[in-house]
Amino acid sequence: MNAFLRVALLVVRKDLMVEARSFELVTTTLFFAVTVVLVFAFGLVREGRAVDDVAAAVLWIAMAFSGTLALGRTFERERQADTLRALMLAPADRPAIYAGKLAGMLLLLGLVELVLVPLVGLWFQAPVFQFPGMLIALLVAGTTGFAAVGTLFAAMLVRARSRDVLLPILLYPITVPVMIAGVRGTAALFQGTPDWELARFWLALLLFFDVVFVTLALWTFEPVMTE
Amino acid sequence: MTRLNQIELAVAGTILAVSPWVIYAAPHEATMGLVYKIFFFHFPSAWIYLIGAIVAGVCSAIFLFGGRRNMDSWALAAAEMTVLFGAMTLVTGPLWARKAWGVWWVWDARLTSSLIVWMVFVAYLILRRFGGPGSEKLGAGMALFGLASVPFIFVSVNVWRTLHPQTSVIPTLPVSMGRPLWFCFTAMFLLFLALLSLRARLERQRGRIEELYLAEDEA
Repeated sequence: MNAFLRVALLVVRKDLMVEARSFELVTTTLFFAVTVVLVFAFGLVREGRAVDDVAAAVLWIAMAFSGTLALGRTFERERQADTLRALMLAPADRPAIYAGKLAGMLLLLGLVELVLVPLVGLWFQAPVFQFPGMLIALLVAGTTGFAAVGTLFAAMLVRARSRDVLLPILLYPITVPVMIAGVRGTAALFQGTPDWELARFWLALLLFFDVVFVTLALWTFEPVMTE
Repeated sequence: MTRLNQIELAVAGTILAVSPWVIYAAPHEATMGLVYKIFFFHFPSAWIYLIGAIVAGVCSAIFLFGGRRNMDSWALAAAEMTVLFGAMTLVTGPLWARKAWGVWWVWDARLTSSLIVWMVFVAYLILRRFGGPGSEKLGAGMALFGLASVPFIFVSVNVWRTLHPQTSVIPTLPVSMGRPLWFCFTAMFLLFLALLSLRARLERQRGRIEELYLAEDEA
């Protein structure tokens, strides 16, 4: 267990150190997320203000889109420097490497959501600060599920052709439950009278999804990445 | 084509050729009258679609963790069958829905789940086709994830919407409706088996030829 955590933390540290040199990934992903919300804001505006009840959807879609880009670019970075092969050659537990990559991705997406949530609340008139605990729980659970599948697929596709477009094609159908649960759960919170039962149900589904898919990903990371 | 394949295709072909008469003999339904009879094609396609998906997922898992190369051919063949029968289901369904419900499509539990799972397998085929070398393993991983997500898709969409008729109606079908149903189901199932084995063999042979080419290049 110790070795696992140690390797995972080393991978996270490596990613953070590389990112700290230029902050390229963070800045560009953040700004992309903002532009996505902006485009949706213009697409969904009627008589000068946003259509009702779209805030939850916009939040999660923006997360999904910026997450997809971030995943692609994180592994593109690995591919260019050939560090992924180095990681695979290292005498480290493969699942630990996956866990480290996942943790790094969660940090990045968490940062993006920190900016997205107030922005969506502002532009779509949504009560984002009313129930912070539940909203954070939904976001964490949903982002973990999305990133868990995404990290595995992005790592898988690193050597494939057409990898840029293949990632969303593969990722979105499988993460549909995350999107449904996330959007519906968040919408239940943002309603006029919040539906706690429903929000809790969706949170439970997200947590279950996370457990199943993180386990599955840890299990399949090695066979899928090796010849 | 093996002897078994020939038998399967012959029997399936005969049954499908005869089926219009058998379907014609089935009685009209209480509320929908004549229109419901597309169910005799829709229901078997839907079941074969599901069976194909399970076969593809299981073979992918065996290939990924057991390393048996043949399993990959079966997985690919099953995935193609899944996409084929899924397409049939997704076309016959709306055709029926238009007449029975008045709309081509609704976002209800079963329809949405079927569509999403179908897209997962289309994505699998796209990956195999355009992913370049090494996409067998990637595809296997993806198919495994796809299969694992099916219960989640179903639960999440089920709580989200529900309008589709329940499947529990099948055991209560009168014999006059049950006969054409199982008739068509047999035909489709035999067709599925025949196409599956043929496609899997084709894929195995393609793989072998590719290996021979590569060996020759290296020699």
